[in-house]
Amino acid sequence: MSAAQLAELRHTFALDKPVVVQFGDYLLRLAHGDLGVSFQYRTPVLRLILEHLGATVYLVGTATLLAAALGLWLGARTAWRRGGAADRANTAIALTLWSVPTFWLGLILIVVFAVGVGPIPGLFPTGGISAPGVTGIFPVVADRLAHLVLPCLTLVAVLYAQYLLIMRSSLLDEMGEDYLTTARAKGLRDTEVLRRHAVPNALLPTVTLVFLQLGTVVSGAVLVEAVFSWPGLGSLFYQALTVPDLPLLQGLFLFFSASVIVMNLLAELLCPLLDPRVRTG
Amino acid sequence: MTPALLEIADLRVTYRSASGEVPALRGIDLTIEAGQKVGIAGESGCGKSTLALSLLRLLPRGARATGRICFEGEDILTMGWGRLRAVRWSEASIVFQGAMHSLNPVRQVGSQVLEPILLHEEVEQAEARARVSRLFEDVGLAASTAHAYPHQLSGGQRQRVMIAMALACSPRLVVADEPTSALDVMVQAQILRLVDRLVTGQGIGLVLISHDLSVLTSTCDRVAVMYAGRIVEEGPAAEVFAAPRHPYTAALVAAYPRIGDETARGKPGGLAGDPPDPQRLPAGCSFRPLCPVAVAECERLDPPLWPAGAGRQAACIHLRPSDVR
Ligand SMILES: Nc1ncnc2c1ncn2[C@@H]1O[C@H](COP(=O)(O)OP(=O)(O)OP(=O)(O)O)[C@@H](O)[C@H]1O
Ligand SMILES: [Mg+2]
Repeated sequence: MSAAQLAELRHTFALDKPVVVQFGDYLLRLAHGDLGVSFQYRTPVLRLILEHLGATVYLVGTATLLAAALGLWLGARTAWRRGGAADRANTAIALTLWSVPTFWLGLILIVVFAVGVGPIPGLFPTGGISAPGVTGIFPVVADRLAHLVLPCLTLVAVLYAQYLLIMRSSLLDEMGEDYLTTARAKGLRDTEVLRRHAVPNALLPTVTLVFLQLGTVVSGAVLVEAVFSWPGLGSLFYQALTVPDLPLLQGLFLFFSASVIVMNLLAELLCPLLDPRVRTG
Repeated sequence: MTPALLEIADLRVTYRSASGEVPALRGIDLTIEAGQKVGIAGESGCGKSTLALSLLRLLPRGARATGRICFEGEDILTMGWGRLRAVRWSEASIVFQGAMHSLNPVRQVGSQVLEPILLHEEVEQAEARARVSRLFEDVGLAASTAHAYPHQLSGGQRQRVMIAMALACSPRLVVADEPTSALDVMVQAQILRLVDRLVTGQGIGLVLISHDLSVLTSTCDRVAVMYAGRIVEEGPAAEVFAAPRHPYTAALVAAYPRIGDETARGKPGGLAGDPPDPQRLPAGCSFRPLCPVAVAECERLDPPLWPAGAGRQAACIHLRPSDVR
């Protein structure tokens, strides 16, 4: 690349102006919903984000739903039988999986279930969101699901511990409450006391925390997406980092922060639906 | 002969706690006939709530109960879980100490009253709902209160909801553990009159736990006075507090302020000393260290309940029958 070309490129991306002016311009364009143009793809950042958003929501959404269902269920069970062998085993397993590095777990799963080890054949694709050349509704769905299994499993394994711990501790907080003694005195079975009385109360702090935490899941999927070449925001971010594609990175950071704020807002709106005490009369 | 409504024999309850075993009840004997109203008095920590909870086997997991609690001839402590669940609330219900926290905060109070009806009886939703409305009227609440959440009600209203709930399945026995503590005096009187009226009207047996001796006297047929996990005196309500036989009862009566009693002004009666620590009870009679009429033998003898006049019993060495030594 010649010096003239370099200068021209600098000019196209307005990199020849002072940094302060560049930032001012950026803010001004941001106010009009323009996140700038990616160095790497030469396309508007906003369009790139929107294009990759679907894949991430598909993966992260599925994984979060599964992890929340699993974590809340296990959390309720372990709290109810606190101190028992099942409680300790469950908590220990969840904490271990939580502390395992995501990419490492993903790689192990790829080695074992995608490449195949010894007698285990490669069951699932090593990466990507779909295989080329598949047609027909059923094969396409099956292909999509097969691609989803490993990255989703990795995320669930890493995520469910938080839900388990949140549910467990909120339920333990409720445990000594008098209304549970009332419920038992009424002649309800233990499981009914748990389901009808304890869980609805423990769900309030849990749901708030789940939503607060949801905002960070999107950005947390970066490593999983990179490992599984999942064509979502995470991979986009990873690619941008290696270049480095500054406008794209900046756009993604902004997007990740916005998603945290939106989730906080949702949590705030959801609370009154669950807790009559928060509703204003 | 039909069995008594409730017959408690040598009931002992021990809690396991970090600091060791806590003997909260140390041999309770008490019989309640159908429709009878029995009051339980005694200072904080003497085991009144423990007694109330053990009547329906509601003690926390760390507690161990031995003895017998026969409810219409069946032992609560040994009956199967299925039978116990059937007895709970449909035969005997509890109004708990502290109505503030006894209702589920995230459910409408009406549905909480409805719950035991649907659980224990084969009735249609609509019929059960109609019954909830009637119950609310009985306890002096508007039927629309059923849609309120506990935090929207006053303490007195919540306690009325608890009473409606306790009566929902027409039980044979209601246990009320200080149903009016944390309420102001006017509301206390209303609630107690309400309990009295409903229980008497329906011939329900009542165990009323209260610090308020005048309430016990006016509401109950009989009273039992507890000290350190045992009943130390028992007899007709009017007589026990008017003419105590046990020195602890006498101290309890002396500590109770009488309005308009000029001589009692400015000098609160009562005991010089803290309530006994159930983990460090003295040998012999547990009341001995605070007793004004203790004698040397009290250190060795922990007296059982001895007859103390017509229909009365008390556990004091000074009442020892002449044929016992
Ligand atoms: N869960 C528990 N674990 C250990 N000890 C307990 C437990 N519950 C109660 N105790 C002890 O048992 C004794 C009796 O307690 P209980 O609650 O029955 O008293 P009470 O007569 O109802 O007092 P109050 O008038 O204050 O309600 C107390 O010494 C208390 O410290
Ligand atoms: Mg109590």
